[in-house]
Amino acid sequence: MQVITYREALNQALSEEMERDERVFLCGEEVAEYDGAYKVSQGLLKKFGPKRVIDTPISETGFTGLGIGAAMYGLRPVVEFMTWSFSLVCYDQIINNAAQVRYMSGGQFSVPIVFRGSSGGGLQVGATHSHTPENWYANVPALTVITPAFPDDAKGLLKSAIRSNNPVCFIENEKLYGYKDEVPEGEHLIPIGKGKIRRAGNDVTIISNSGSTHRALAAAKLLAEDNIDAEVIDLRTIKPLDFDLIAESVVKTNRVVIVEENKPYAGWGAQVTYEIQKLLFDHLDAPVNRITSLDVPQPYNGKLEQSVLPNEERIIAGVRETLA
Amino acid sequence: MPTADKATKKGQSLSNSSILPPLDPQGKLQLYRQMLLIRRFEEKAAQAFQQAKIKGFCHLYIGQEAVAVGTISTLTAEDAVITAYRDHGHALARGMDANSCMAELFGKITGCSRGKGGSMHFFSAEKHFYGGHGIVGGQSALGIGLAFGQKYLNTGRVTICYLGDGAINQGAFHESLNIAALWKLPIIYVIENNGYAMGTSVARSSAGDPLVKRADGYDMAGLIADGMDIDDVRAKTAEAVNLARTESLPTLMEIRTYRYRGHSMSDPGNYRTREEIEKYKKFDPILLYRTRLLDDKVTTDDALEAIDKEVTAEAQAAYDFADKSEDPAFETVYEDIFAPEDQIDEIPRRNLPL
Ligand SMILES: Cc1ncc(C[n+]2csc(CCOP(=O)(O)OP(=O)(O)O)c2C)c(N)n1
Ligand SMILES: [Mg+2]
Repeated sequence: MQVITYREALNQALSEEMERDERVFLCGEEVAEYDGAYKVSQGLLKKFGPKRVIDTPISETGFTGLGIGAAMYGLRPVVEFMTWSFSLVCYDQIINNAAQVRYMSGGQFSVPIVFRGSSGGGLQVGATHSHTPENWYANVPALTVITPAFPDDAKGLLKSAIRSNNPVCFIENEKLYGYKDEVPEGEHLIPIGKGKIRRAGNDVTIISNSGSTHRALAAAKLLAEDNIDAEVIDLRTIKPLDFDLIAESVVKTNRVVIVEENKPYAGWGAQVTYEIQKLLFDHLDAPVNRITSLDVPQPYNGKLEQSVLPNEERIIAGVRETLA
Repeated sequence: MPTADKATKKGQSLSNSSILPPLDPQGKLQLYRQMLLIRRFEEKAAQAFQQAKIKGFCHLYIGQEAVAVGTISTLTAEDAVITAYRDHGHALARGMDANSCMAELFGKITGCSRGKGGSMHFFSAEKHFYGGHGIVGGQSALGIGLAFGQKYLNTGRVTICYLGDGAINQGAFHESLNIAALWKLPIIYVIENNGYAMGTSVARSSAGDPLVKRADGYDMAGLIADGMDIDDVRAKTAEAVNLARTESLPTLMEIRTYRYRGHSMSDPGNYRTREEIEKYKKFDPILLYRTRLLDDKVTTDDALEAIDKEVTAEAQAAYDFADKSEDPAFETVYEDIFAPEDQIDEIPRRNLPL
């Protein structure tokens, strides 16, 4: 099997879907001639031409609304945000338009659009550029929220997202673009709304997504040296939530630690915690623990930022607390 | 003297004669010194970035020095300045200390934002420098807020708000222009047209040339200045400042300049040719001013060399200061979130018997 980066996996998904369906186009800042700020769209302009790979002005409200309108008109846009932090400029378009049009029109209009781009902290780019917005969008009915952690999921889920007839927020992680792994060649679809066990274990269930899955796996490895056998679930899709996968694991381990980069208040882990206590109360041997970013804006200083993020040290402490 | 009526003439210079009092030789050398300090500071920053002492994004101002220095030199110390993420030059021109600026780049507690903001988010309340803003175009709306405050409180002060040629395509900018004109706010918007927004040339991103025409629709004064010529920048800005100060009217300025370095330190810059960059270096604002000072016999080669030595030492001292400064202590992550006098802590838990 080919071993490619997360970035290349996304690129393959875009390329294959554009090849398959003429209605798919990509627009965003620097996606064409610059080959993408993070090179996700590398080579696509050359392959598909400027009609379908389109550089936009720095006008997030304009080109996002354009995408939504084009989707209502029957096209299948992929709108790139250089980072999801900049999607805040057009929050209104995504929430009031993309997410409400089908409902408000009594089902007359489909909005088959993918919003995608990088996200996450840890790169020392400060408070305005380091957002992890999956919980903000997961809070909106009618939006699908996908956050792949591995190259194969990046490819398979992006292809599914582009084929979905619903608006999808596809939230990539900047720190993962260079991550390499095996990815199936050609047609490869991962179903939206299915999590995956990335490490099997019996003592505790760690639930995570995106960059946090990698932190959780690293912590699990260290815990194993101490004979603590953690199971790591990568949710892959935040909404809809694969609760069955969680339930199977929790019934086995009876202990849960959630690892998420969201700030704590109403992060997605709060919702997952609610579902677990509601449906699996009798299976819990300890309260559900959550390791999140600290409830502060993102500092620039590298040491401070690392302590704000859900680092391995805090995950390990959280697991120990749950097992105590 | 421009009047409001004349000023609303579409996209044209208000007048050709400068309303600025002529500078004495010392004043001229001061401008030269400021531009050169920015240049040397940025060169040091580039070096520190390469040494991984500066992380994240670092957008250098090299090539654009005459814009910040020229415009800010027409303000009083109490006027307000606000800009985007390419903010080191404006901060230094505003009189912020090179040490605290470099320390901010290094993320140290001695930095102008206590190591929390980084390159894109410099601030100084003392110097009326309202940031350093990372979201493209976002500061244009804050700018009218500052100007609104100045008018509301009858301060007689004005605001300069800088933004890039790419930023003018944000909705926030257009909304702000309309409000500025409608409410007659004392603000000068300076479009620093350096030809590119990242890898996108102006022609590929912005309809309408010159960019300053965007003032027309709002019946706002418009001015174009040559950003490589600090005297031209000063003369034009002075008119706009005068209009804001005396009649509380906004102006949109387009100052044409060029950045020599990549968009940020991580930009290879494949979208333009080496020849293009070399061509602009012939119009280097510092070189141009140097030649003028010598031609006009304002100063001597030796004196200018001495200035270079001084500011080079100042940049090096800033580097050393930043390098030696401490990282912020962990506890500082919880500081500066709420007003200290109104600190909102987590509500203490009563010790209920659980
Ligand atoms: C809302 C938003 N979109 C995109 C970006 C990414 N970005 C940062 S700078 C930049 C280009 C801006 O160019 P310009 O306004 O010409 O300013 P210059 O960098 O030339 O000073 C872009 C696209 C951002 N910071 N904020
Ligand atoms: Mg520019």
